[in-house]
Amino acid sequence: MFITIMEVISKYAIPFILLAIPTYGMFKKVKVYEAFTEGAKDGFYTAVKIIPYLVAMLVGIGIFRASGAMELFTKALNPITSLIGMPSEVLPMALMRPLSGGGASGIMNSLFETHGPDSIIGRMSSVMMGSTETTFYVLAVYFGAVSIRKTRHALPAGLIADAVGIITAVVVANLMF
Amino acid sequence: MINIIWFLFIAIGILVATFTGDISAVTDAAIENAELAVELSLGLIGVMALWLGIMKIAEESGLVNLLARALRPLMVRLFPEVPADHPAMGAMIMNMAANVLGLGNAATPLGLKAMKELNEINEDKETASNAMCTFLAINTSSVTLIPATVIAYRSAAGSANPTEIIGPAIIATIASTIAAVIAVKTLQKLPIFSSTNPSRNKKTAESK
Repeated sequence: MFITIMEVISKYAIPFILLAIPTYGMFKKVKVYEAFTEGAKDGFYTAVKIIPYLVAMLVGIGIFRASGAMELFTKALNPITSLIGMPSEVLPMALMRPLSGGGASGIMNSLFETHGPDSIIGRMSSVMMGSTETTFYVLAVYFGAVSIRKTRHALPAGLIADAVGIITAVVVANLMF
Repeated sequence: MINIIWFLFIAIGILVATFTGDISAVTDAAIENAELAVELSLGLIGVMALWLGIMKIAEESGLVNLLARALRPLMVRLFPEVPADHPAMGAMIMNMAANVLGLGNAATPLGLKAMKELNEINEDKETASNAMCTFLAINTSSVTLIPATVIAYRSAAGSANPTEIIGPAIIATIASTIAAVIAVKTLQKLPIFSSTNPSRNKKTAESK
C-alpha cells in the first residue's frame, strides 16, 4: 500500500510541482514568465562553475579505479568486513559506492547476473545502492557551485554516514532476507 | 583532509599501476574522466535552469517562506547558524523534499541554490561553514524513500519482487542520515575543524 502510494507520488510529483508553483504564483500576482527566466539565468553559470571541481574529483577517482588499487583494498578489507556478515562479493560495491555511482551500479548489475537479484548478495547490494549516495561527487558538485575549496569536516562526516549506511544495509539484509 | 585523499587517489593509483603494468589504463582514465566531468557539468545546464526558474516563482510568490515557516522547529535545530527566516532554509527544505520523493534531477539544482544562499551568510567565501557541512552531509547520506533506479535494475534483471528492498533501504537510509547529523555535529566541535570555522571570530567580536 505504502509502496503504491509512493510510486504514484514519484510519477506525478514533477507535473504537479510544474503546475502548482506557477498557479500559486499567478494567484499571488507574480509575473511568472519573467520570474522563471530571471531564476533560470543562473543555471548556466552554476554548471560552468562546477567544472574544475568535478574534473579534479573524477580524474583522481578515475586513476585510482583504473590502476587496480581497488582490488588490493578489497583483499585487505575482506577479513574485517566478513566479520559483520558481508559476503566478499559485495565488498567491491561497498567500496565503490561513495566514489562512483555509475561504477557501483555496474558492479550491482554484474552481481545480479552472476547471483540473481533475489539472492542474498543481490538483495544486499540493492539495499546498499538505494540507501547511500556518491559522496565524492556530491561534495565536488555542491561545494564547486559556490567555489568552496576548504571543505573542513564535510568529507569525513559524509564517509561516516556511508559506512553506517553500508553496515546497516548488511545487518538488515541478513536479518530480513 | 580532502587534499590528502585526492593526492592518495592519484599517488596510490599510479604506484599500483606501475607495479601491475596497467599504466596506460591510468593515462586513458585521466583523460576520459576530465572530459566526462565537463560533459556532466554542462549536462546540468538544462535541468538547472528549469528548477532554478521554478524556484524563483516559488520564492517570489512567498511559497518558499511558507514551507520554511512550517518546518522551522526542525531546521533551526539542524542549522542554528542560519537565521530562521533566511531564504537558505526554504531552498534546503525544497532540496530535501525532492530527495525524499526520489526526484534526483530536481534535488541537485535546488541543493546548489541552497548552497549559494548559505554562502551569502558565510564569512569566508572559500571555506565551508558549519551549516554548509551539515547540509552536505545530509545530502551525501541519501534521504530517498523509494530508490527508483535500483528497483528498475532489479526488475530488468528478472527479480520476482523488485520492490522488496524498499523497507530495508529506508531503515539503512534513516540510519545513515542520523549518523551524518551526529558525525557532522561532533566533528565541528573538534579543534582541527572548529579552528577553521569561518564564523569562529563572530561571538568574540559581538561581545566586545
